[in-house]
Amino acid sequence: MTLTKIINKLALVALLGAMTGTGMAADNVGFVYVSPIGDAGWTYQHDLGRLQLEKETGVTTSFVENVAEGPDAERVIREMAKRGDKVIFATSFGFMNYALKVSKTFRKTAFVHATGYKMGKNMGLVNARFYEGRYLTGVIAGEMTQSNVLGYVAAFPIPEVMQGINAFIQGARSVNPKAELRVIWVNSWFDPGKERQAALTLLSQEADVITHHTDSTAVVQAAEDQGKYAFGYHSDMAKYGPTAHLTATTHLWGDYYVKTVKEVQAGTWKPASLWGGYKEGMVALAPLNKAIPAGLQGRIRDMEKQMTAGTLHPFAGPVIDQAGKTIVPAGQNMTDDQLNSMNYYLQGVVSKVPN
Amino acid sequence: MWIRLERRPEASHLMSYASPAIAIVLMLIGGLLLFAFLGKNPIEGFKVFFIYPLSDLYGVSELLLKATPLMLVAVGLAVGFRANVWNIGAEGQLIVGGIAASAVALYFQESEGAHVLILMVIAGCIGGMLWAAIPAFLKTRFNTNEILVSLMLVYVAQFLVSWLVHGPMMDPDGFNFPQSAMFEDSALLPLLTEDTRLNLAFVLALGALIVGYVFMFRSFAGFQMQVAGYAKNAARYAGFSARRMIWIGMLSGGAMAGLAGMAEVSGPMGQITEHVSNNYGFAAIIVAFVARLNPVGIFFASLLMALLYLGGEQAQQYMNLPSSISNVFQGMLLLFLLGSDVFINYRLRWKKEVAV
Repeated sequence: MTLTKIINKLALVALLGAMTGTGMAADNVGFVYVSPIGDAGWTYQHDLGRLQLEKETGVTTSFVENVAEGPDAERVIREMAKRGDKVIFATSFGFMNYALKVSKTFRKTAFVHATGYKMGKNMGLVNARFYEGRYLTGVIAGEMTQSNVLGYVAAFPIPEVMQGINAFIQGARSVNPKAELRVIWVNSWFDPGKERQAALTLLSQEADVITHHTDSTAVVQAAEDQGKYAFGYHSDMAKYGPTAHLTATTHLWGDYYVKTVKEVQAGTWKPASLWGGYKEGMVALAPLNKAIPAGLQGRIRDMEKQMTAGTLHPFAGPVIDQAGKTIVPAGQNMTDDQLNSMNYYLQGVVSKVPN
Repeated sequence: MWIRLERRPEASHLMSYASPAIAIVLMLIGGLLLFAFLGKNPIEGFKVFFIYPLSDLYGVSELLLKATPLMLVAVGLAVGFRANVWNIGAEGQLIVGGIAASAVALYFQESEGAHVLILMVIAGCIGGMLWAAIPAFLKTRFNTNEILVSLMLVYVAQFLVSWLVHGPMMDPDGFNFPQSAMFEDSALLPLLTEDTRLNLAFVLALGALIVGYVFMFRSFAGFQMQVAGYAKNAARYAGFSARRMIWIGMLSGGAMAGLAGMAEVSGPMGQITEHVSNNYGFAAIIVAFVARLNPVGIFFASLLMALLYLGGEQAQQYMNLPSSISNVFQGMLLLFLLGSDVFINYRLRWKKEVAV
C-alpha cells in the first residue's frame, strides 16, 4: 500500500467515525446496576426493562453492573453523562447522592434514580409500591397455610421492607385471622447461605408458606427441598421451585423506562417523583401455581383489578399494630408519609422489630 | 532434554525486582488473549482498558483518587509484612477508622474550623489501631494466629458499621435509609484542584509513603523488623523484641488503614454508609506484594491496581465485558507474580539426559 492510499483510508475511517459520532447516532441511555444481572432478582428486573426499552424505542443502551454504592458510582455515572447519554438510570438507593452530584454538572442529561428521596432540577425519582403485590401473596398464604404460621426472610428493617412484611400479614389475616407471621433478619441483601439457613429455621418452626425480601433464590429453593410453599420476590422464581413457588411479586420497569425516554426525546420530560404500583403497571404477580385452587385464583385476579382501579388498598383501616394501637382508623387508608416512615410490625407478626 | 528447577545458591536480587515487571507483562499478554477469546479486538481492548481512563486530566485525578487508599493501606501493611506480621484485616481496620472519623464529623456538625478535620484524622488512625490492637494483643498474650483473628474481625467491623448506619448514626432526616447525614464542609477534605474529587488525602498518602520509606530503610526499628523477617532466630539472638515488632507491625497497618477509612468518608463519600470500604483492605495486600513491600513500589503498584479498576469500568461501558473483568486482571497479576517469584530462589536448568 502506498502512502497516499493509507492516508485516504485513514481519512475515510475518520469520516465514518465523525459521522457516527454526530447526529446520525441513536440516543444512548445508560444504566447503573448495583449487582451482576444474574438470572433473577432486583437488577435482573431492571435489565429486562432495559431490553424492553431498546426494543420499543430503538435507542441504544449500555450498562455497568456490580457498581459499589460508594465513590466509584460517581465516576461511572459521570462517564455516562460525559459521553452524552440522554438519560441515565441509577438503580440502587446508594447511588442517590452521587447521581445528584453529577446531575448538577450535566444539566442537559436526564437522571432518574430508583428508590431514594432527593430530587434535582434534572433528576427524578422512581419507586414502586411492591407492598401491593405483597398483600395479594399474603391473601394466598392465608388461604394455603395449614399450620397458620407464615415465614419471612428479610434484609434490613427499612420502611420498604417493613411495608412488605406488614402488607403480607394484612393480606393473610384478611382471609385467615388465625395466621401469624415470623420474621428472620439476615442483615444482608444478598447472602444465599444465610437466607437458606433462615428459611430452614422458619420451616422448622412450623411455617409452611414462606417468602423473602432479599435478592437470591435461596428461600424458594429451601421451600422446594422441604416440600413447603414459597413466594418469590423481584422476579418470577418458578424455575427454582416449580412445586413450591406459588407466585411472586415481580417488578416491571420497562414501561416506565420507555415512557421516560420518549418524554426526554420529545423534550417534555420534567423530573418527578413517581411511586407507581399496579395502576402504573410497575408491580404484578408472576403466573399463579396450579396448586392454588381455581376459586382463589379468580379472587386474586379480581383483587388485582381492584388494586389497579385503586379501590383496594393493602393498608385500609383499621390498621392495628403489634401492641394493639390503631394506626389507621376504619374508613381511611394509610398515607404515603405513614408508609415512608413505617418502622413497626402490625398485628399478626409475632417477631420483634430489631433495635 | 530435561528442564529442571534448581535451587539457587542464594536468592537472586535481580529476579526479585524483575519478577513484578515480568508479572505485569504476562498480565498484559494474558489480557490481550482474554480479549481475543471473548471475541473483542485485543488492541481496542487494551486501549479501552489502559489508555482511555487516562485520556484527560479528570481521568488522571480519578486514578490518583482511587489509588490513595491503596497507597495508605499498603504502606502500613508493608511495615508488618516485612517482619512476617500478617495483618490480613486491614479491611476491617479501614472501616473502624471510617466510623471513628465519622463520629467526630457528626459530633462537630455545628462547628467550623480546621480542628474538625485534624480530629478526624486522629480519630481515624486511632480507630484503625484499636481494631488492629485486638489481634496484636491476642497474638502477644495468647499466641493466637493474627491472620485468622484480623481476618475475622473484618466481618465484625462490617456488622458494626451496618448496625451504626441503621441505628445511632442514621440520618434523622434520611427517611430511614441506612446512611449518616452528609458531613458539613468543615469535615470534608479540601480538594487539590477544582472540578475533580482529588483531595488532600493524596498528599497524606505521599507523606505516609515517605515516612514508611524512612522507617523501613533508615531507622533501627525498621532494620530490626527486616532482620526478624529474614531470620527469626537471628533477631531473637540479637535481643530484638518479637512482641514489640508485632505491635509495631499491627498498629502501623491499623493506623494507615484507619486513615484510609477517614479519607473515604471525608473525601469522595462525604458521609458514612455501609459501603465505606470497597475491598481496599484486601486489594492493598496484592499491592504490597507486587511492590516488594517497598514504598516506591507501592506508589506505582497502587496506580496500576487503580487503573485495573478504572479500566474494568470502561471495558463494561464500551465493550460490554462483564464486571468481573477487573478481578480477572487482578487475579492474573497476583498469579503471575507468585509464579515469577519462584525464580527468585530457583532457576531453570536445561539438562541433557544422562544414563543413570
